[in-house]
Amino acid sequence: MATESGHGPTSTEYIQHHLSNLTWGKHPDGHWGIAHGAEEAAQMGFMAINLDSMFWSILLGSLFCFIFWLAARKAHTGVPSGFQNVCESIVEFVDDVIKDSFHGKSDLIGPLSLTIAVWIFLMNFMDLIPVDFLPEALLRWGGIPYQRVVPTTDVNVTMGMSLSVFALMIFYGIKVKGGKGFMAELTMHPFSSDNKIVQAILIPINFFLEIVALISKPLSLGLRLFGNLYAGELIFILIALLPWGLQWVLSVPWAIFHILVIVLQAFIFMMLTIVYLNMAHEQH
Amino acid sequence: MNINLTLIGQAISFAMFVAFCMKFVWPPLIGALRERQATIAEGLASAEKGAQAQEEAEKEAKQLITDAKTQASEIVSQAQRRSNEIVEEAKTTAVTESDKVKASAQAALDQEVISTREGLRGEVSSVAVTAAEKILKREVDPKTHASVLDELIAKI
Repeated sequence: MATESGHGPTSTEYIQHHLSNLTWGKHPDGHWGIAHGAEEAAQMGFMAINLDSMFWSILLGSLFCFIFWLAARKAHTGVPSGFQNVCESIVEFVDDVIKDSFHGKSDLIGPLSLTIAVWIFLMNFMDLIPVDFLPEALLRWGGIPYQRVVPTTDVNVTMGMSLSVFALMIFYGIKVKGGKGFMAELTMHPFSSDNKIVQAILIPINFFLEIVALISKPLSLGLRLFGNLYAGELIFILIALLPWGLQWVLSVPWAIFHILVIVLQAFIFMMLTIVYLNMAHEQH
Repeated sequence: MNINLTLIGQAISFAMFVAFCMKFVWPPLIGALRERQATIAEGLASAEKGAQAQEEAEKEAKQLITDAKTQASEIVSQAQRRSNEIVEEAKTTAVTESDKVKASAQAALDQEVISTREGLRGEVSSVAVTAAEKILKREVDPKTHASVLDELIAKI
């Protein structure tokens, strides 16, 4: 929504508005309520929740569960119908990736990967809805001042998922290798020596290197998804600042390109989750 | 872009969706897929088996047809030979029969000729005698001249 005249917000205000979550939390003066602007949201600190991110992510997650539950309820061994076929193809695709990349045995990895792939795809897909449709509608008819409809452009959402994966990595690492084996993996690589004194010196170095490698996994996992979608969203917002007759010149190619990005990012998140959990399951 | 409770909220909903998927979505779908895979593999195997059986049956049928053809041609040639034989036989029989008929007819004819000749001889002799009687104008005793007359008759 381009606005050059004095009636609407300036470009900066427009961009800031579009990048502000609907945050509900504890104001510094003690009462709970919605933050107006980025500053108030920042002052709330950790004790706040982004209502829009939570709403859309839970809505889309429920949609995913509902769709696949419908397919699973009618699952049979005969010839599948169109809808059934789509769901089964996705499940089979995920299953094939797992078979290729995951060599342990786990009942969790399948549902986990499927949930990640489809849920993240659905959340990313919100990016293709023109940036002003839902926020403007909610503002006019619902009086909701801030709205970001793409949950994966919220770093809390992506980090929430990647930290969950991280927790699973640690859990399975300790479960499969034992506490001792898990610690050995952190301290005995990549440098090792037969000499015990040299080894003792090497342990802190190894630990430092390994802990950086370990922590970088969930960080890169979450921030990669967030960064891609945030940047994509920002470009859409910038395109929306063009005169309305010209927007399609840029927004159409960018949206088409983004179809690739949203699928690819969902796939990468799923793939890396499988790879990381496979590493956690592997004995050295 | 503040880290806040959304992080934990997302982690909780993530766990819930994964749990739902693990309980109600993944097992039935993957079970159906595996089962269908097995069914299809079975179907393909049996189709291959069927094709093999058909091939064998075709080969057998071909063999049967060839055998039947040879047999039929054998039978036909046999029949041909037999019919030829029958015709030959009939011909021979007919010829023999006709010869026989001819022979008997000839015999009857001969008989007739002989008897006619015999009759003629008798008549000729009586005619000759009468003629001689008339020529000699005298009575001739037939009994006395019988031997002469017999000689004459034999010469005719």
